[in-house]
Amino acid sequence: MKLVTAIIKPFKLDDVREALHEVGVNGITVTEVRGFGRQKGHTELYRGAEYNVDFLPKIKLEIAVTTELLELVVEAITRSATTGKIGDGKIFVSSLEQVIRIRTGETGAQAI
Amino acid sequence: MISVKKTITGACVCVGAVLLTLTPGMVLAQDELSRGDTAWMLTSTALVLFMTIPGLSLYYAGMVRAKNALSVMMQCFAITCVVTLLWAIYLYSLAFGDDVNGLIGNLGKAFMAGVSVSSLKGVIPESVFSMFQLTFAIITPALIVGAFAERMKFSAMLWFITLWVTFVYAPVAHWVWGGGWLSKLGVMDFAGGTVVHINAGVAGLVAALVMGKRSGYPHHPMKPSNLVLTMVGAGMLWVGWFGFNAGSQLAADGVAGMAMVVTQLATAAAALTWMFLEWMRYGKPSALGIVSGSVAGLVAITPASGYVGPMGAIAIGLAAGLICYFAVVKVKRAFGYDDSLDAFGVHGVGGFVGAILTGVFAHSSLGGVGLAEGVSIAGQVMKQLIGAGVTILYCAVVSFILLKLIDAVIGLRATSEQEQEGLDLALHDERGYNLT
Repeated sequence: MKLVTAIIKPFKLDDVREALHEVGVNGITVTEVRGFGRQKGHTELYRGAEYNVDFLPKIKLEIAVTTELLELVVEAITRSATTGKIGDGKIFVSSLEQVIRIRTGETGAQAI
Repeated sequence: MISVKKTITGACVCVGAVLLTLTPGMVLAQDELSRGDTAWMLTSTALVLFMTIPGLSLYYAGMVRAKNALSVMMQCFAITCVVTLLWAIYLYSLAFGDDVNGLIGNLGKAFMAGVSVSSLKGVIPESVFSMFQLTFAIITPALIVGAFAERMKFSAMLWFITLWVTFVYAPVAHWVWGGGWLSKLGVMDFAGGTVVHINAGVAGLVAALVMGKRSGYPHHPMKPSNLVLTMVGAGMLWVGWFGFNAGSQLAADGVAGMAMVVTQLATAAAALTWMFLEWMRYGKPSALGIVSGSVAGLVAITPASGYVGPMGAIAIGLAAGLICYFAVVKVKRAFGYDDSLDAFGVHGVGGFVGAILTGVFAHSSLGGVGLAEGVSIAGQVMKQLIGAGVTILYCAVVSFILLKLIDAVIGLRATSEQEQEGLDLALHDERGYNLT
């Protein structure tokens, strides 16, 4: 099992959710986060006072998947979250030791 | 009768013009209540109160950081309540009681003595006149909040405002509107460019200088918490300002109508001026820029609103947008003082621009109602300079003394921990926004 953590542009969330649904993902956790990468920040200007905003708003998705589904999921996110411009985000994949469904106590791939 | 609020008592040709048009029958009716005028003044009073709560309060709350949004609204609200009670007890009398040597009103109207159901001021009930003037006494100190926002102790603010309306607002209002020496000199301030805006702006600048900068200013970002509120508040100010300017005629007549026209024109001109300047300088037009310009225009047309014509109003608006823009964007930065929400840059500077240009565009050759007989533009501008200069000097000195006094006794500033935490939580145990 794998944990896919994706950082995407906020306005791409709906596209990504749809793409993931199509490849058979049943659950996503979404968090509003801030950060910077190559895109850096932007400037804001109030009555001539210029402020650099270093951290930009992004959306973080966490998706637990079976190893077989991983490639499809990564492909779906990449395809749906792309704008081609700098700041599209990143996908991190890590191993997932265990998953437990709280209600039933099911474990492993059954619980995903 | 109608010259009570206008400052150019006696001398103004427009008064003469109005009197000329009165038929003998109407002259007889002078001391009788006018239902039309009274209805408009009741409306104007509500409009001007609406400027402070909620107009100005929202305008300011949106510009401060989220942790202080409630504190500035709280300050404006508390000022409204405090000034209201002081007004009834003695302020109305100090400002509009019988004149003592041109300097101050006597205490004959203290506790609103003589203000009854049947007492008249001109052709409107004195109760309405008194309430209308009260709304001006409320908004003036509330404007100062913008200069010391985000760092003043609430208790110190209450003391300062109480003393300030007593020792600065009441005498200056008397000098200009209550039959005091500036009105006898022929200074023209139709709706309060000097009494309200220069006064508040200068007091704000002095407060900002005495209290010092907010911690972190100007290096730390101090982003407005909610410019949507600021836009809403600015819109309310604009609408309410019709009561402020057209109401200052104290009658529902042609002068009031023209005051409404020139208010609208100057505001639009100043708002666009600021917007285009910012667009040229920084590449984008901004919402905060256009509303800042609109307020600058409203301020600058205030003293002129009963005296100038439509084209004069546009000229005043253009000048106010340009000059206030540079005061806010350049001058403040160059000198480094922390006038948090630009009470001085917009109200002090805009009030001054308006006061001077009133003397120019009131001239009949420039579309105004005309200056007093025998007075040239230069002569009137000189009177305007004296009016503004005296107010600046008096207000600066007395405000300085009051602030130093309060600082010595109870301290002016919130502690740096309180400032860091935000005044909402630190001073009021509340938060303006509990969004999560």
